[in-house]
Amino acid sequence: MMDITEIEEQSALDKIKKGERLDDRGLEDFRDVEVETGVAKKAEGSAEVRLGDTKVIVGVKFGMGEPFPDTPDEGMLMVNAELGPMASPNFESGPPGKDATELARVVDRGIRESEALPLKELCVEEGEKVWKVMVDIHILDYDGNLMDASALGAAKALIEAEIPEYEDGEVKREKTKEFPVNKVPVACTVVKVGDKYILDPSLIEEKIADGMVTVTWTEDELCSLQKRGNGGFTKDELLDIFEIARKKTDGLRKIIE
Amino acid sequence: MVKNMDEKLVEDKAKVLPGDVIAEGDYLSGQGTYKEDEKIKSKFLGVARTEKSRIRVIPLCGGYIPQEGDKVIGRISGIGPSHWWVELDSPYDGYLSISEGSDEFIDLDNTELSEVYDIGNMIYTEVIKVTKEKDVKLSMQDRICKKLSGGRIVRINPSKVPRLIGKGGSMVEMIKDKTGSRITIGQNGIVWVSGGDEDLAVGAVKTVDEKGHEKGLTEKVEKMLKESR
Amino acid sequence: MKKDKKLLKNGKRIDGRGIGDLREMEAEAGVLERADGSGYFRMGDTEAIAAVFGPRELHPKHKQKPQRGILQCRYNLAPFSVEDRKRPGPSRRAKEIGKVAEGALSSTVFLEEFPTATIDVYMEVITADAGTRCVALNAGAIALADAGIPMKGIISACAAGKIEDTPVLDLKGEEDQGGQVDLPIAMNADTGEVTLLQMDGMTNIEEMDEMLELAIKGCEKVAKKQREALMKTF
Repeated sequence: MMDITEIEEQSALDKIKKGERLDDRGLEDFRDVEVETGVAKKAEGSAEVRLGDTKVIVGVKFGMGEPFPDTPDEGMLMVNAELGPMASPNFESGPPGKDATELARVVDRGIRESEALPLKELCVEEGEKVWKVMVDIHILDYDGNLMDASALGAAKALIEAEIPEYEDGEVKREKTKEFPVNKVPVACTVVKVGDKYILDPSLIEEKIADGMVTVTWTEDELCSLQKRGNGGFTKDELLDIFEIARKKTDGLRKIIE
Repeated sequence: MVKNMDEKLVEDKAKVLPGDVIAEGDYLSGQGTYKEDEKIKSKFLGVARTEKSRIRVIPLCGGYIPQEGDKVIGRISGIGPSHWWVELDSPYDGYLSISEGSDEFIDLDNTELSEVYDIGNMIYTEVIKVTKEKDVKLSMQDRICKKLSGGRIVRINPSKVPRLIGKGGSMVEMIKDKTGSRITIGQNGIVWVSGGDEDLAVGAVKTVDEKGHEKGLTEKVEKMLKESR
Repeated sequence: MKKDKKLLKNGKRIDGRGIGDLREMEAEAGVLERADGSGYFRMGDTEAIAAVFGPRELHPKHKQKPQRGILQCRYNLAPFSVEDRKRPGPSRRAKEIGKVAEGALSSTVFLEEFPTATIDVYMEVITADAGTRCVALNAGAIALADAGIPMKGIISACAAGKIEDTPVLDLKGEEDQGGQVDLPIAMNADTGEVTLLQMDGMTNIEEMDEMLELAIKGCEKVAKKQREALMKTF
């Protein structure tokens, strides 16, 4: 099938040079954000995020397992992402490639570094049994900006999640209780095109980007950064980018809190 | 002409699903239909046309399969020693030989093929032959064929192309008239818009794609053009 | 087979259904944008989304058939679709289901119209509570029609079974675990042609006749739901 053509790329570039975008958005506007919870009934927490035509489902499952040897008294967080062939003609089936791996690890770091989860309270028997918090990101429809959509979905799924009881050596999913989330990490990807910054890139805009930085903020802390793709940024550009992301993540956080 | 056993079970312009029986008896199985046990059934999710004795179904959407005589917009995707490969947004690529590449003579000793059409170039070209194995031969000989530069590309569903053209070209002429843009339509659902109010023309083309199956399309497009100015 | 709890009491099942009743169904077409066609189907708590891409170029080249296209199906359970989180990646079960799904859908598609090409059907189960291959197929059939693929008809699927020596229709999770027979079928509900048939368990010809009857009636109801969903798209 025909990939994005040079004429389409040039159209997107010409618009951005004029401070406009192909879909009439402002440079710093996100597309319509819709978040729905409880979409995966067997998950202990789940959320679907729709960002324009991009659609992502994130499910949270709890399980019991052996802790990592260097953190014997802490629960485990595992984030996995699948860019399956249903979401785009360019995605193939198979084990996670580089893009899926980067997506999972960036979302993971946002949650982990912000200390959003009470990992120390998830220890059942030190060195032997701890809770595993398994976050699975499932891309359904790819139209740009999987990163921000996935991070938002992961945060919401965790907020909604309820943790099962552990009784008589068994995980009892029929009995669940509130799972406290201390902070709400939200990601915002800032894209440089020429001398302009745009947010929430569409498919074509990701292709013409001169560089991207995904910035994850909690309410008041910068907890994770990832410069993605090619291109480079000066220190001043980065400071601007952190500020732009901060403002935007405040707004996104309100949608899911 | 209509015998006792013959029956049209579905009204003209009714919505049908694959497998729906449209008519029984002495009718002809036209495009989009197949005949099984004297019954004419639909192959597609679409609209049945039963006004004539040749029953047809117009699919709501679908991929593009090249047909001889089609004018299409393609993208040069590869260059061989004496030909170009052209992507057509179809499972079948087009093959453009040097001899068909232009209405002017191409001197291979002094010209690189990439100087004529380079990878990534978009061309408005004609399908001159499709074999049983779906080898697709293209030609740029017709004067109307050309390389496209600048402007905007809009992708629509190939099934909406007839609606975008309109009866005798009425729809596309109306859009051209109200926007001042040049509009080149590929049967494969790729449309090129250039000059005039490009944004408005792109919007009108997209409106046809989104609402092409609805009634009163012309009024809806006219309304869209008026309100956006 | 644990039997802690009676599955049938006075002809009623644990969720109140009669032996020939399907679970509540939901269907939708065109739920995704990038795919050429898409569908959603739900039976009780089991939900699946399907995406169709094609006809498109088939790689690797040695898979290409000169006279006709092929249909390829991939079935996948999302990691969060089951009680104990499932590790991503195709299990042997999933690969087998992909294969029988190809068998269920291929014969209805006019593959001769796309020599050398492929039509890819991707089915994802979002929540699994028995009958997943049937729900996935129902979504897949909707997606094929939504993609404008020419077909002889729509394929509809449901599973019959036997619990406590009684033939029933559309087992839910608990019934499947405690049941004696699981019989998924897929068919063209208009022509009566069965294109998927699998059976686990022990039974005889009389019971098979009863279960097939139940399943066929069930598929007719499924076909109605699929029709409603597709008609809404235009």
